[in-house]
Amino acid sequence: MAQQTDVPPQTDPAPAPEKAEIPRRKHRDPNEAGLGVKILGYVALLIVVAMVMVPLYFILITSLKTHPDIYSDPITWWPNPFAPGNYSYAVSQVNFVGFLRNSVIITGGLTVFKVALGVISAYAFAYLRFPGRGLLFLLVIAALMVPDQITIISNYALVAGWGWRNTFQGIMLPLAGTAFGTFLMRNHFLSLPREILEAARLDGTGFGRTLFRVVLPMSWPTIVAFTLITIVTEWNQYLWPFLIADTDRVAPLPVGLTQLQQNEGLTNWGPVMAATVLTAIPILIVFLLLQKQMIKGLTAGAVKG
Amino acid sequence: MTSTIPGTSVPDPDLELPRRKSGWSLQQILLAAALILPNMILLILFTYRPLVDNFRISFFQWNLSSTRPPLFVGFRNYADWFSDPGTPTIVMNTVIFTVAAVAGSMILGLALALLLDQKLFGRAAVRSMIFAPYVISGAAIGVAFQFVFDPQFGLIQDLLRRIGVESPNFYQDPKWALFMVTVTYIWKNLGYVFVIYLAALQGRRKDLDEAAEIDDTSPVRRLFRVVLPQLRQTTFFLSVTVLLSSFQVFDLIQVMTRGGPLGNGTMTMVYQVYEESFNNNRAGYGAAVASIMFLIVLVITVIQVRLQDRQD
Repeated sequence: MAQQTDVPPQTDPAPAPEKAEIPRRKHRDPNEAGLGVKILGYVALLIVVAMVMVPLYFILITSLKTHPDIYSDPITWWPNPFAPGNYSYAVSQVNFVGFLRNSVIITGGLTVFKVALGVISAYAFAYLRFPGRGLLFLLVIAALMVPDQITIISNYALVAGWGWRNTFQGIMLPLAGTAFGTFLMRNHFLSLPREILEAARLDGTGFGRTLFRVVLPMSWPTIVAFTLITIVTEWNQYLWPFLIADTDRVAPLPVGLTQLQQNEGLTNWGPVMAATVLTAIPILIVFLLLQKQMIKGLTAGAVKG
Repeated sequence: MTSTIPGTSVPDPDLELPRRKSGWSLQQILLAAALILPNMILLILFTYRPLVDNFRISFFQWNLSSTRPPLFVGFRNYADWFSDPGTPTIVMNTVIFTVAAVAGSMILGLALALLLDQKLFGRAAVRSMIFAPYVISGAAIGVAFQFVFDPQFGLIQDLLRRIGVESPNFYQDPKWALFMVTVTYIWKNLGYVFVIYLAALQGRRKDLDEAAEIDDTSPVRRLFRVVLPQLRQTTFFLSVTVLLSSFQVFDLIQVMTRGGPLGNGTMTMVYQVYEESFNNNRAGYGAAVASIMFLIVLVITVIQVRLQDRQD
């Protein structure tokens, strides 16, 4: 394996016979770096924390500052006085509750739809035999490579032609197909122990029972990961809802937020910042509660083995 | 009879369940059709149909908001785009933004992953912190960072002034506006690269590290000779996905600069597709730009896959 020569005795607390084995303590474990390296590590860590947290902190305190406090030079690091009024202004001036409701409807509807579609089509690709399966699966995952901007013009014309502008179905239906979900769930289904599925098949268990009694109980972690990624993606969806919704009626939060920015921005940053914080908070809460599962879903497609 | 499934490393499902001698089962085929069709129809209707239709549209002069029928103009939209004096700037903006975003987030993301692969106190919390901006809406980040970069009252100008540097005008100067959008994008998306790299690092073979350690390899050598080669698959995956997603950034530019200042200071090709199709009523021209972008994406992906194949 490795050459075990020139062991400096002073750094080796192990008794002599052990040297014939692996001289483990010659250097410390790679993860247990020296004091100097360790200090450097913490300094780097601090810089990283500052780079992420200082802007977030600045955004948060700006949302709580009064107008003159925001436009002070140099900037103040603590709101004086606190101005929670920015939040009530943001909520009352723009139809914040409406945007929130729209976001919940769009995200909730799309997530339920996509997860169901992903699970059933992955089931077919993983467990059923039918002509053209390989080709059809390729067609599904190749959709991942088609960028949004090449589809928006034609889709916009189609959806507008149906009279679906400013409707939930107009926003949701074109986003409802799932290539990623089919791919993720199929890979997961193929990793399940084949004996169990074969037993179900030999017992003559039908599709519904196999899915709900056999496959799904072994699949919840992957389904949760897929669900979380879908929630984040749809909550933050921007370009398509932005094109389809030009009234408050169906616009989700990010689109509503930019409306507020257009009306107030550059002159009245307090409420704009408050609305930004309110837009970010629901998804941050979901993230903080379920980050492990969310990260699992992201890395599942990326890191193999 | 058997079909092989390309594109994945998962075993062929035919190996999973014993095959019936009689060939296809009608019942299975009907069930499969019922399960697959809804998703398939959606993907065909809203992904593949518009992909083809976009090429058709690119040969027309078309105002999306008027009832007048589109006028066939052949390759004129393409010719116009290539001869437009604004095109070099837009292409340069796109290239600078994409390259800076890919290089910046990959290098920083890897560095952070290497740092947090160490046993440091509080690393779990820091991990969450770095990833958090990735889940926040791009529009929200864009709106907020516009004020962070405010040349008079923002955070950046204040920090710069503390070290005695006059803040550039991020709103008015096209170069600095592009810088602002790029930095914001990297700040938001770093967490993705970081998390993927960290997962790969933690799944790597630690025994190789120990071997290198015993061999008295210097840390830098160890990084390049032992750690990075093990991350090659991940680096390839990230370079493709980050390139594709940064090539397509719309929300940040829309909320921060709208393609400005000075006309096309931060105008990228994606933003141009939107601007021409929906604001300038030149859907055909926008579709031509989208088609060119698609071809670029296709070529880049093919090159990356080729490079990867050659390395293996």
